Amino acid sequence: MTEPTQKIAPGSGGATPAGALTDPIPVAPPRSQWRDVWDQFKHHKGAMLGGIIFLLIVLLVFVGPLLWPYDATYIDIRSRNQGPSFAHPLGTDQLGRDTLARMMAGGQTSVSVGITAMLLALFLGSLVGVLAGFFKRLDGLLMRMTDLFLALPLLPLLLVMVLLFRDPLNAAFGPETGIFILIVVAIGVTSWMPTARIVRGDVLALKEREFVLAARSIGTTNTKMITRHILPNVLSPIMVSATLGIANAIITESALSFLGLGFPPDFPTWGRLLFDATDYLQQYPERVFWPGVAISLTVLSVNYLGDGLRDALDPRIRGR
Amino acid sequence: MLTFTIRRLVLAIPTLLFISLVIFLLLELAPGDPMAQVPLTVPPEVKERMREALGLGEPVHIRFVKWLIQFFWIEPQVLIDNLFGTSLSEGKLRVLSWQTRSPVMDIVVQRMPQTLWVVGMSYILGVLIALPIGIYSAYKQYSIFDQVGTFISMIGFSVPTFFTGVLLIVIFSVNLGWFPSIYDTTHKVTDWDSLVFQFRQMAMPVFVLALYNAAQISRFMRASMLDNLNQDYVRTARAKGLGEKVVVLVHVLRNSMIPVVTVIALGVPHVFGGAIITEQVFKVNGLGQLLIGAIEANDLPMVQTLTFIFALLIVLFNLIADVLYGVLDPRIRYD
Amino acid sequence: MKLKSLMLGAVAMAGLAPAAFAERGADGHVNIIYWQAPSILNPYLSSGTKDLESSSLVLEPLGRYDQNGALVPYLAESIPTVENGGVSADLTSITWKLKPGLKWSDGSALTSEDVKFTAEYCMHPEGGCAQLAKFQGVSSIDVIDELTVKVNFSEAKPNPYGPFMGAQSPILQKAQFENCTGPRAPECTSANFGPIGTGPFAVTEFKPNDVISMVANPNYRDPAKPAFATLTFKGGGDATAAGRAVLETGEFDYAWNLQLAPDVIAKMLEGGKGKTVVGFGSLVERIEMNMTDPSPSLPEGERSTAKHPHPMLSDVRVRKALSMAIDRELLVEIGYGQAGRPTCNLVPAPAMYASDNTDCFKQDIAGAKALLDEAGWKVGAGGIREKDGVKLSLLYQTSTNAVRQDFQALIKQWWSEIGVQTELRNISGSVFFGGDPGSPDTFQKFYADVEMYANNFDGTDPEAYLAQHTCEKAPKPEAQWQGENINRFCDPAYDAMVAELGRTGELSKRGEIAKKLNEMLTKDSYVVVPLVDRGRVSAHSNTLGGVVLNTWDSELWNAADWYRIK
Repeated sequence: MTEPTQKIAPGSGGATPAGALTDPIPVAPPRSQWRDVWDQFKHHKGAMLGGIIFLLIVLLVFVGPLLWPYDATYIDIRSRNQGPSFAHPLGTDQLGRDTLARMMAGGQTSVSVGITAMLLALFLGSLVGVLAGFFKRLDGLLMRMTDLFLALPLLPLLLVMVLLFRDPLNAAFGPETGIFILIVVAIGVTSWMPTARIVRGDVLALKEREFVLAARSIGTTNTKMITRHILPNVLSPIMVSATLGIANAIITESALSFLGLGFPPDFPTWGRLLFDATDYLQQYPERVFWPGVAISLTVLSVNYLGDGLRDALDPRIRGR
Repeated sequence: MLTFTIRRLVLAIPTLLFISLVIFLLLELAPGDPMAQVPLTVPPEVKERMREALGLGEPVHIRFVKWLIQFFWIEPQVLIDNLFGTSLSEGKLRVLSWQTRSPVMDIVVQRMPQTLWVVGMSYILGVLIALPIGIYSAYKQYSIFDQVGTFISMIGFSVPTFFTGVLLIVIFSVNLGWFPSIYDTTHKVTDWDSLVFQFRQMAMPVFVLALYNAAQISRFMRASMLDNLNQDYVRTARAKGLGEKVVVLVHVLRNSMIPVVTVIALGVPHVFGGAIITEQVFKVNGLGQLLIGAIEANDLPMVQTLTFIFALLIVLFNLIADVLYGVLDPRIRYD
Repeated sequence: MKLKSLMLGAVAMAGLAPAAFAERGADGHVNIIYWQAPSILNPYLSSGTKDLESSSLVLEPLGRYDQNGALVPYLAESIPTVENGGVSADLTSITWKLKPGLKWSDGSALTSEDVKFTAEYCMHPEGGCAQLAKFQGVSSIDVIDELTVKVNFSEAKPNPYGPFMGAQSPILQKAQFENCTGPRAPECTSANFGPIGTGPFAVTEFKPNDVISMVANPNYRDPAKPAFATLTFKGGGDATAAGRAVLETGEFDYAWNLQLAPDVIAKMLEGGKGKTVVGFGSLVERIEMNMTDPSPSLPEGERSTAKHPHPMLSDVRVRKALSMAIDRELLVEIGYGQAGRPTCNLVPAPAMYASDNTDCFKQDIAGAKALLDEAGWKVGAGGIREKDGVKLSLLYQTSTNAVRQDFQALIKQWWSEIGVQTELRNISGSVFFGGDPGSPDTFQKFYADVEMYANNFDGTDPEAYLAQHTCEKAPKPEAQWQGENINRFCDPAYDAMVAELGRTGELSKRGEIAKKLNEMLTKDSYVVVPLVDRGRVSAHSNTLGGVVLNTWDSELWNAADWYRIK
C-alpha cells in the first residue's frame, strides 16, 4: 500500500498508457516517497496551474497593498462611483474608495480566514470521523455529539460565542488578532460535522477491507494503521470537503461581519464586497464581478491543488 | 441490523432530550430581546409589561419544562384531534409564538407546502443532476466534460445564493419578464394554467438551489468514484468479462455510494429546515424564512420548536444513513 | 380561483355600468408589499410598524393625523377641542361623539361600548398591551350614550389625544374580543389574526409573517369606496426586492419604506413602472454622545454609569468639534437623497415645535481643530490628538445597515482629519435595539463612546420625547439598563423645564418651551448631534391613484381612496 511499485494498472477508460504491461521491472533502489509525490504532482497540469494561480492570488493580496498607493479605507468622495480608469483600474465604490485596494485588502482577510477556518474544520472533522469510524467504543458518543452540533442553530450559537469570547480575546491578543481567532474558531467549530460524518462512513467500510486485516495480522499498531492505511484512503472526500470548506468559510465570514460579529464595518472582505455590491448589480455590474471572480478563482485553484495532491498521494495512480 | 436500528431509536430519545436542553440553554444565553422590534417610541415600562405577558418573568427551568410538556404531550394531542376529530387538547395551552401569539405548529404546517415544493424539489433535482455528472466526470477524468463540470460546480458553490438569486431576478424578471420575482404563497394549483404558473414561480428558486446542491454532491460522487475505479475488484470484474456498464454502474457505483449517501442524508433535514437565503430572496416565505424571522425577533418558542424538529430529522436521517451503509457494504457491522 | 372570478365580476360590472364609475370594488385587485411581514393584526399585542400598518386597513381609530400632522376625524364626528367644548377647560377630560350609523364589517352597529371596551382591553393589568403608553393618565371612561364617550384623566392633560387617536389605538369590536382580555389575549388566535373592523377592507385569510388576503368591507361607511374589490398584502424579503417589484417588474402596486441608497432607487425608477413618494416626519438620525465612561477597565456595573464621567466627551468643546467636522449635506446626498435633509434639531417637525437652528450645516474642519487645541488636545504621534498621555480615540457603534456603515466610514474619515481616532463597530439590529441586560451590545447599555441610530415620536406632540432626557431616565444596572436617556445627560434646569412643559396647555407657549429644550440638547450642549431628518420613501405603480404619503399615521391611512388609473 505504501511503497510505490510498478503496478500493472487496469485499463480503465483509456486513462492508462498502453505500454504499461511491457514496462521493465525496476532495478534502481526505491526513491523517497515524497519525491515520488512531487514528481507526480508536477505532471498534473491542473494542479500546477491551480498552484500558480493560488500563489499569484496570495502574492497579490499580501504584497500588492504595499505597492499600491491607495488605502482600502481612504474615502475620496469627489471620485465616487467611477468606472475603471488609469488611477483606479477597477473603479471606485459609492464612497470613492479604490476598488482594487479594497479587493486586495479584502483578499488578505478572506484568504487567511478561508484557509485557516477550512484547515481547522478539516482537522476537527477528520479527527472525529476517523476516531468514530475506527474505534467502535467512541462511535456512539462522537456521532451523537456530531448530531448535536448539526442541530444547534448557527446564529444564536455565534452570538453566544461572541458574547462570551470577544472581550477576553480582544484583551489577550489585541482587537484584530482577537477577532481573527474568534471568526476562524467560530467558522471551524460550526462546520466540521459533514466532514466527520463522511470520513466516518468511509472508515467504517475501509476497516473491513482485506488490506487492513492484513496489516493488522502483521501487528500494525492503531496509530500506524490510521496514519498509513486509513487516512490516505479517505483523502479524496477530505479534499472535496476542503474545497467546499474554503468557499463556505469565505461566505460565512461575510455573514458574520454583516451580523456585527466579525470585523469592523470599514474592513473589506470579499464576501462583504460581494454582498454590498449586490444592490448595485444593475448600475455597476463590475462591482459584483470582481469579488465573485476572486472567490471562485481561489476555490477553483484550491480544488485543482487538492485534485493533484490526491492523485499524487495515490500510489495506484502514481507513475501513470 | 434490526436490533441495531431499534437500539439506536431507543437511544435517540435521551439524545434528543439532551439536544433540546442544549438548544434551550443556548437560546437563553444568546443576547436578544423579543422587544427588539418594538419601536423606540414605546416606553421601557410598557415593554417590561409586555415581556411579563410573554411569560419571560418565569425562571428558566420552569419555562423549559413547560415547553417539553407542550411539545411532547399537548401537541400530539392536537394532532390526534385534527386526525380523528376528538377533543383531547381542548383548553390546553399549546406552544405559542411570541411574535404572532398563535400556536407555533399551525404556522409550521402552513409553511410546509411551499418549502417542500421549492426546497424539496430543488434537492431532488440537485441529486438527480449530481449523480450522473459525478459518475461520468470520474469515468472520463480530465475530459472536456469533466473540466467544464468542475468549473461550473466550483462557481455553483463559491458564488453565494444571495447573489445568484438576485442575478436571476434581474435577468429573468426585470429584463425578460418571464418569471415573477415574488413567490405567491396563496396560489393554489387547480388546473393546467395554475400548474404552469406554479412552475413558473418555482423556476428561479429551484434553479438556484439545485445548482448549489448539485455542485456539492457531484464533487463527492466524482471523488468517490475515482477512488474506486482503480481498485483491484474493478479489474477482476472486467476480467470476468462483465460489460463496462455493469462494472461502472453496479460494482463501482455501489462501493462509491457511502460518502454520497452521507452527504445526501445530511442534506435532507436542510430541506425541511428550508433555505434561508433563497427563501428570503424570492419571498417564498417557507420554514427557512420563518426560522430567520423568529431568530431576528427573538421569538424563542418558535426558534426552539423549529430547531428541535430539525434536530429530530438530523438524528433520523443520520440513522438512515448508518443503516444504508450496512446495505451498501455488508461487511460493515455495528453489533 | 375565487379571486379571479371576483375580479372578472368586478370588470364586468365596470363594463356594464360605466356611469357608476365610483362603485365599490370596481377596480379589481390591488397588491401591497412590505418588506417586513406582519405577524399579527391586533395592534394592541404588537407595536411593530408592519403590524400597525397592515391592521390599519381593517381597524380604525376615532381620528387620525393627516399628511401634515393635522387631526382629522375618522369614526368621530369631529375632533374635540377646548374651543368646541369637546375637551374640558381644565384639560382633564375629552368627549368623543361617534358618527351615526357606523357598522362593523359583520353588519353589527358600532357603539360607544366598543370604544370603552377597547380602553379596558388595553388597560388590563395582565394583558401586556403594547399601546399602554397611549392610555397613560386615563382614570376612567364613561359611556354617555350610544354614540358619546367621555375619557377622564387623573390630572390635566395638555395633549388629550392619546387614546383612540392614530394607528396605535384603533377601536376593537367588543363582541369579538370580549373573552380575550388580560392573560387570555394570546388564546384568541382567530380574533388576533382576523379582527372585525370598520375600515375599508376585511380580512379573508391571514398567514402570519407572510401574506394577508382582504376583500372590500361590504359595510364600509362610504358606499362608493373602496375602489378595490380585493387586496393582497405580502410581507418579507428586503427593501431592494420590494422596490424592484413595484418600480421594475410592476408585480406590486405599493411598496413601503424603501430604505435604499439614492442611486439604487434612481436606477429602479428607470424601469418606468412606478414612482416614489416622499414624506417627512419626526425621524432623526443622530449621534449620541456618551456622557459617562464606557471603558472596559472599569468594573462591570460601573461602566457607562453616572459614577464615572466620560474622560473626553464630558468637555463640550470636544463634542462641538466632533459635530463641526461633519458635512451633513454630503451625508444626505450619499445616504438618503430626496428622502433626507440635513438637520441640527432633535425635533425637526411639526413647525411649531421645530427650532430654526441651522448652524451645524456648514462643515468647519479648521474651527473644529481650533476648538480641540483650545480644549488642550494636542496633535501627537500619527496625527492623533493627546492630552495627559490619553489618546483621543473613540469607539463608534451603530446597528447593521448599509447606509449607516457608509456614514460610519465617512464620519471616521472626517474625525481623523481633526485628529480623532475612531474604531467602528456594527451590531445586528435585533441585539442592538433589544433590551437584553445580559448583552454588552445594546444601545441602552452604550458600552461605546458614541453611537448612531434614529428615533422619532408618535403623533405630533414631542413632550414625552423630550422628557426622555431627564436625569432619572438614564439606563443603569439597578434598572436592568432600561431607560430612554441614552447619553446619561443630566441637567436640573432641563428637568425643571420638562416639568413646566407638562403643566402648560397653551400651544404657542408649549412650542417655545419645546424649542428651548431641543436647543439645550443640541446646539447648547452637543450631547445629541442630529445628522439627518429622515423622510420616508415609498413607491407606487403608475396605475395606482389616490396615494397620499403620511408619516404621522399609518401609510395606508387613506387606502379607501385609492383607485386604479385607467
